[in-house]
Amino acid sequence: MTTASFVILPLLVLYIIFYGFKKRIDIYDEFLIGAKEGLITTFKIIPNIVAMIFAINILIKSNIIHDMFLFMEPYLNKLSLSSDILPMAFLRSISGTSTLAIMANIFEVYGPDSIMGLLASVIQGSSDTTFYVIALYYGSIGITKNRYALSVGLFADLCGIIASFLIVYLLF
Amino acid sequence: MVNIIWGAFIIIGIIYGLITGNIIAINNEIIESGNAAFNLIKDMTPLLVIWMGLMRIAEVSGLIKKIAKLMTPLLSKLFPKVPEGHESIGYIASNVAVNMAGLGSAATPFGLKAMAKLQELNHDKKRATSSMITFLVLNTSGVTIIPTTIISLRLVYGSTSPTIVIPACIMATICSGIGGLTLDYFIRRKNDNC
Repeated sequence: MTTASFVILPLLVLYIIFYGFKKRIDIYDEFLIGAKEGLITTFKIIPNIVAMIFAINILIKSNIIHDMFLFMEPYLNKLSLSSDILPMAFLRSISGTSTLAIMANIFEVYGPDSIMGLLASVIQGSSDTTFYVIALYYGSIGITKNRYALSVGLFADLCGIIASFLIVYLLF
Repeated sequence: MVNIIWGAFIIIGIIYGLITGNIIAINNEIIESGNAAFNLIKDMTPLLVIWMGLMRIAEVSGLIKKIAKLMTPLLSKLFPKVPEGHESIGYIASNVAVNMAGLGSAATPFGLKAMAKLQELNHDKKRATSSMITFLVLNTSGVTIIPTTIISLRLVYGSTSPTIVIPACIMATICSGIGGLTLDYFIRRKNDNC
């Protein structure tokens, strides 16, 4: 199944180039125009990404999220979970790299096939990093009025995390 | 809302760091977080440049329009404000498809192009349209059929069945998508002026 995902990109590139030839497009020139546009886009989103990572990393490095969930340890133990999993659920919408790091840590301590490891995997897979996606996509086109995007995105993440807990308990 | 959250993250982080005597870590983070951000951008840029180039070929040759026409019946319910066969639908469909395949970072250029195309339909360039928000929800809760990063990490840490989580991941992400799109639908219906 994973090999399938290695074939998709080369085939996609092949098809795009082939289709361009078929329609007699100056594919090289058009590629350069698009590539230049891509470079400008990355340049435009630098401030947004720097701003997001700056605030998120300060919060994470202060350890507050980890400490906040420590006091819930006794209740979680009853469900054969440890307090390591909650920061992950909480951080899922905020920082993809830090939840990935937490997941790797859980795998190392409890093993990937333990209930903790399975839950960590499903939470990681349940959604994308909402904050990052919003900063990136809105930043690229200069949108400053987000409206209700964040609320809806966070609500979707919450649904995903609650579902992760339920599904793991029902399936495993 | 972003203003409040962004400010709150920084204030809470620094004050908590001061209280717990963890201020050295915060100090280092203030100096180094820019580095982390630039590393992320450095990793992302080559892929973005290549795919923006390829997508330009796909757009000029009419391939994106073709995908858009094909996917319009499926996606027009979610994006009622987008005209039939508009190129943004082609990019949205491609973004979702590449996301599904578990190629998250390769999906980003498609998403950025979709946003740029949606921006063309926007009257107030600073304000997000409801179509943009629907697309964001679709994207962040995007169904991943093959979560490549998770599977490879499970493998690295010696899982006996790394792919066992796939059905659970798909179910969880579908729940997240349905939840987000439902809320989005009701908000849109309440103020459907744009």
